[in-house]
Amino acid sequence: MGRKALGSALTFVFVLVFNFFLFRIVQKDPIGSLFRGRNVPQETIDNLRTAFGLDEPVLTQFFYYVRETLQGNLGISYQSRQPVWNEIVTAIPETLVLIGVSAILSALIGTVLGIAAAWRRNTWKDHTITSGTMVFYSMPDFWLGMLLLVGLAVVFPVFPVGGIVDAGSNATGVDRLLDQLHHLFLPALTLTLAYLGEYALITRSSLLDVMGEDYLVVARAKGLRDKVVRRRHAVPNALLPVVTLAAINFGFVLSGAIAVEAVYSWPGLGKATADAIRGPDLPMLQGLFLVFSAAVIFFNLVADLTYAYLDPRVEDS
Amino acid sequence: MTITSLAMQRRRATAGRLWKQFRSSREGMIGLAVLVVFALMALAAPLLADVRELNPVFARGQGNPQWAPPSEFGPLGTDYIRRSVWAQFVWGSRVSLFVGLAASVLTIFIGSVVGIISGFVGGKTDALLMRITEWFLVIPFLPLAIVLASILGRSVWNIIFVIGVTSWPSTARLVRSQVLTVKQRLFVDRARSLGAGGWHIVSRHILPNVSGLILANATLAVPISILTETTLSFLGLGDPSSASWGKTLEEAFVNGAMIRNAWWYFLPAGIGILIVVLAFTLIGRTLEELANPRLSRDR
Repeated sequence: MGRKALGSALTFVFVLVFNFFLFRIVQKDPIGSLFRGRNVPQETIDNLRTAFGLDEPVLTQFFYYVRETLQGNLGISYQSRQPVWNEIVTAIPETLVLIGVSAILSALIGTVLGIAAAWRRNTWKDHTITSGTMVFYSMPDFWLGMLLLVGLAVVFPVFPVGGIVDAGSNATGVDRLLDQLHHLFLPALTLTLAYLGEYALITRSSLLDVMGEDYLVVARAKGLRDKVVRRRHAVPNALLPVVTLAAINFGFVLSGAIAVEAVYSWPGLGKATADAIRGPDLPMLQGLFLVFSAAVIFFNLVADLTYAYLDPRVEDS
Repeated sequence: MTITSLAMQRRRATAGRLWKQFRSSREGMIGLAVLVVFALMALAAPLLADVRELNPVFARGQGNPQWAPPSEFGPLGTDYIRRSVWAQFVWGSRVSLFVGLAASVLTIFIGSVVGIISGFVGGKTDALLMRITEWFLVIPFLPLAIVLASILGRSVWNIIFVIGVTSWPSTARLVRSQVLTVKQRLFVDRARSLGAGGWHIVSRHILPNVSGLILANATLAVPISILTETTLSFLGLGDPSSASWGKTLEEAFVNGAMIRNAWWYFLPAGIGILIVVLAFTLIGRTLEELANPRLSRDR
């Protein structure tokens, strides 16, 4: 476990280095881009260069960068003139709610569909589930979002077109919560439909693998009913790869919702990214990129540890 | 009969066998048929729609109506600046297919080179290359692509470069593990004991044996490339001068096609993407099963 945590820490260091140099290449002259075209005396620019440590050697600058980043200072956003860290911290809860709900729902529904398809393989049920999930898997997630938006918010205005609460609403308590759920429904539905295909396909093939195993024949020979064989013997073993996928995916879907958040103006990390692109707001992009990478590293570690816990055959090597 | 013509004959026989196996797969044949239709459309674009229809000035001069549904302006209506949606669909297929294919070629090239070097050379080179690969696997793909595309600027070639540079790691891992198994086979030892050099072994013995896997992988990389191009274009990182399907969707969204329920504007491009992605996935899965029969999904 210690070794895995150390590996993750090393990866994070790599991401820090990568992030620093990537944006160093782009912004050869950060002070110049700060004033973009305005007439500023050379003296002021020189003073700012010194103040920001830009005349120091690159290694020293990298040291500053790491020190400030670890203290949560990610610079100032070009667009809002607020600290990037504050912007990100306000967006994180919104993204976590949306991603959390749709990740859990897609994993649950996808797994159930996968089990149903594998257990009744090559029947119409299997074909319907497999081809249906493949269709959702093959469309751009934001386009699915656009279709649901037109269908359920424009043509049949059952749900709001975007945002997180009704504009001008100052409801509190239960009313506010209901309003938020009302706004959450469409983006969560979009992401759930977009992601469940992967779970269904993986569960299906994993269960098909398990179904050839001897111990299932034994379970049947004991006279156990079909349902019991499935629930007690086949499914628990087949779910192993699914659990890992779920943990790894959680890190990735955090950044996968960028376009869907933009469609529904859901004020999370994804929309912040979409807005930062228009600038381009480089400090904001740099900070978001760091947060997205850290999330993937963290959830990879969680996946590794869960896997080792669930499957004793995996040694801590 | 020379040695080369013998080799040619053998290769032709292998290709024939592969085609015969492929033809027996319904999934694969449906995918291929759909793909041929779209490829023909992309190639015949100048015959199907006037490229000038993409220019808003020309569209206005033609007297096209604005936001016209297909019933008023065939076959697919017009958009917010009076351009024909049909023309955008036809010419967009060119850009989307080209970017998808070119980015996949780049992905597969980088992935295969890294995988073959890593697997064949082994030792410290392998350890280093695999470390880098793991790091790239961890960096979230879409944000990295977004950052790179914002930095490099908006052009078709940059999008291809960005997709290629960000999506090679899984191919590299796959190819490496295949190379490791092939390397153990007897014919490699035999070639080496006959004095064959590294390049000869790789090009004549390793490569032919991993090429099936690489081909399957390449086909499965195309849908991912197309979807990535679509997402990047939708986020405003597409090439302003050449309109892909993703760009059409972005313009439809930004200019309020959703609120107007201008379905003729945002449906065709999305359906095009869906069908092409599905076709490549079906072909890729079939090829994957041929390259690795143990994967067969119908046990």
